[in-house]
Amino acid sequence: MNMVNAINNALDIKLAEDDRVIVYGEDVGVEGGVFRVTEGLQKKYGAERVFDSPLAESGIAGTAVGMAVAGLKPVIEMQFSGFANPAFNQVVSHVSRMRNRSRGKYSTGMVIRMPYGGGINALEHHSESLEAIWAHIPGLKVVIPSTPHDAKGLLISAIESDDPIWFMEPKRIYRAIKQEVETEKFTVPIGKAKVIQEGTDVTIVAYGAMIREVQKASVLAKKEGISVEIIDLRTIYPIDKETIVDSVKKTGRIITVHEAIRTFGVGAEINASITEEAFLYLEAPPKRVTGFDIIVPLPKNEPHFMVTPEKIFYEIVRTVKF
Amino acid sequence: MIFKEYDPIKKKMFQVIDNDGKVINPKYMPEISDELVLKAYKDMLFARTSDLMILSYQRQGRIFTYPPNYGQEAISGAVAQIMRKEDWLVPAFREMGTYLAKGASLKEIFLYFMGYEDGVNFKNAENFLPYSVPIASQLPHAVGIGYEIKYKKKDQIVFTFVGDGGTSEGDFHEALNFAGVWNAPVIFIVQNNQYGISTPFKFQTASEGIAIKSYAYGIKGIQVDGNDFFAMYKAVKESHESARRGEGPVLIEAITYRRGPHTTSDDPTKYRLNEEEEAWAEKDPLKRLKAWLIDRELYDEETEQKLIEDYKKEIDRQFIEAENYGPVPIEDIFKYTYADMPEDLKQQMVEYQKFLQWKEARGL
Repeated sequence: MNMVNAINNALDIKLAEDDRVIVYGEDVGVEGGVFRVTEGLQKKYGAERVFDSPLAESGIAGTAVGMAVAGLKPVIEMQFSGFANPAFNQVVSHVSRMRNRSRGKYSTGMVIRMPYGGGINALEHHSESLEAIWAHIPGLKVVIPSTPHDAKGLLISAIESDDPIWFMEPKRIYRAIKQEVETEKFTVPIGKAKVIQEGTDVTIVAYGAMIREVQKASVLAKKEGISVEIIDLRTIYPIDKETIVDSVKKTGRIITVHEAIRTFGVGAEINASITEEAFLYLEAPPKRVTGFDIIVPLPKNEPHFMVTPEKIFYEIVRTVKF
Repeated sequence: MIFKEYDPIKKKMFQVIDNDGKVINPKYMPEISDELVLKAYKDMLFARTSDLMILSYQRQGRIFTYPPNYGQEAISGAVAQIMRKEDWLVPAFREMGTYLAKGASLKEIFLYFMGYEDGVNFKNAENFLPYSVPIASQLPHAVGIGYEIKYKKKDQIVFTFVGDGGTSEGDFHEALNFAGVWNAPVIFIVQNNQYGISTPFKFQTASEGIAIKSYAYGIKGIQVDGNDFFAMYKAVKESHESARRGEGPVLIEAITYRRGPHTTSDDPTKYRLNEEEEAWAEKDPLKRLKAWLIDRELYDEETEQKLIEDYKKEIDRQFIEAENYGPVPIEDIFKYTYADMPEDLKQQMVEYQKFLQWKEARGL
């Protein structure tokens, strides 16, 4: 399965076993989504459970709040992460706060799915990585898978969660990675990172489409005799500090890699945590390889912006030789 | 006054010619010279020829995602003859005829869709904002510009566009409401092309149309056959005059059909039937205007073939110029973010240049 198939499979499983699950968004019904993630689901489950909404992201998120407090399980799609912004008010004012405001009486367990990220020669507003903005909202959990397997397991966990989950899908690798994924139901826990490659010299924390770039960088590093440990964060919030801290205690060095802009990003948070909790284990300053603090350029200049294996390797060398 | 006779509450679509180009509503045939009609037709033909060329460039991998205007050319074709240099254009992204009329070059349009920001700099066009990809988000901007026009007592009008899908967004309703309260000189043109990507109009609204929504905001509205050049011309002309007289905003719903895909990434066969496409082909705006021109002996097929050949050469010339635009300096991706580049951002740029040198030295 590729990631598109895996997410479709997860939705299929939950639609089949839980009649509270409702899937909607722009073009998700008849067409099955612009990336075909929901293809076939309307045919299988009917237009009452899988349908095209009016083109209004704030309305999609706001109605999902109503559905959730009334007992349904909305799984809504934002067509592109860059188009989710009209929903910001609903998400920051209601989706993330309902439990707290009602003192636990109402919850807004829902999943807000969307493709995100650059590197596909897209138009404006189609390439952003805004996870840090969403992770900054108390009450919201933010999940980003990097493999078809994890996408399926995390999405099922997300749908079963009583908390609202902001589920970001790295569209650059929607179809790029294929792996054996069992068609039966399984879950991957939210809030748990995974060490996907063990190493001794430097820890690299990444997620989403960046994992593949980090793996390529680690091959370059290996040729120089540098051993890289790679952690796939998988959940941005709540962040799995324990896995990261344990790794840094072993390697003494850390680099966080994300394609989102640098300042006030996930890398800043991770490096702050490491400074707080593993300071005496550090042999070099915690570093970041990230996008620049600019609007993602249009395709002709986007390659400058994107994090590449070479950029990561450059920072690995500098960190190890510090 | 068309606004009275075609008050949206009467549920009458404003039309002047039928599908064969015959005048069926002589009372409202606009006063327009044959020369201007011919020019408008040529503008529409140029836009259509460009779109067809772009589709083939796109298939050759020479341009990225592009949203064609195919089937909707009369709307921009009409606005193009009325919009003045001093008027503002606040676009969505499917109004090629208006961009060219405003002074954008085809080369610039190509550049944008080849992935250059420079393509929406519009060097020779004034009062023309960049395309707006986030749906309907441009509409309140048009109203803000309208406020400035009133405040400074200028003789200017704002043209702004949105599709039928965009009328579901909050920004559409907020913009109309502000425009009504401020009595702003803004002409809102909804290109109701029946689909928001794959989603048919009936899933956007339970209302019978968009023009009627003008009632709720206390502004003028009219539903027009958007494939009828004369009806569009008349409606836009009267809206323009009315707004210039200080009578406030107008909502024009132009009924049309997107004969092509939403963008080159879209496949309409997934969500609509051949029969529907064929029925709309009968109402094609170029076909109808051409029939009128031929009937008046102002035009013939031979002229058309010659024009298309000339246009293709011109389009290809501008396309190749765009293709040869070359790289832009790295600084360009940083320097427009702030009025003055913050020190930290400057540092990021310097670091990146150091990395590039290292990369080259390492032979990576």
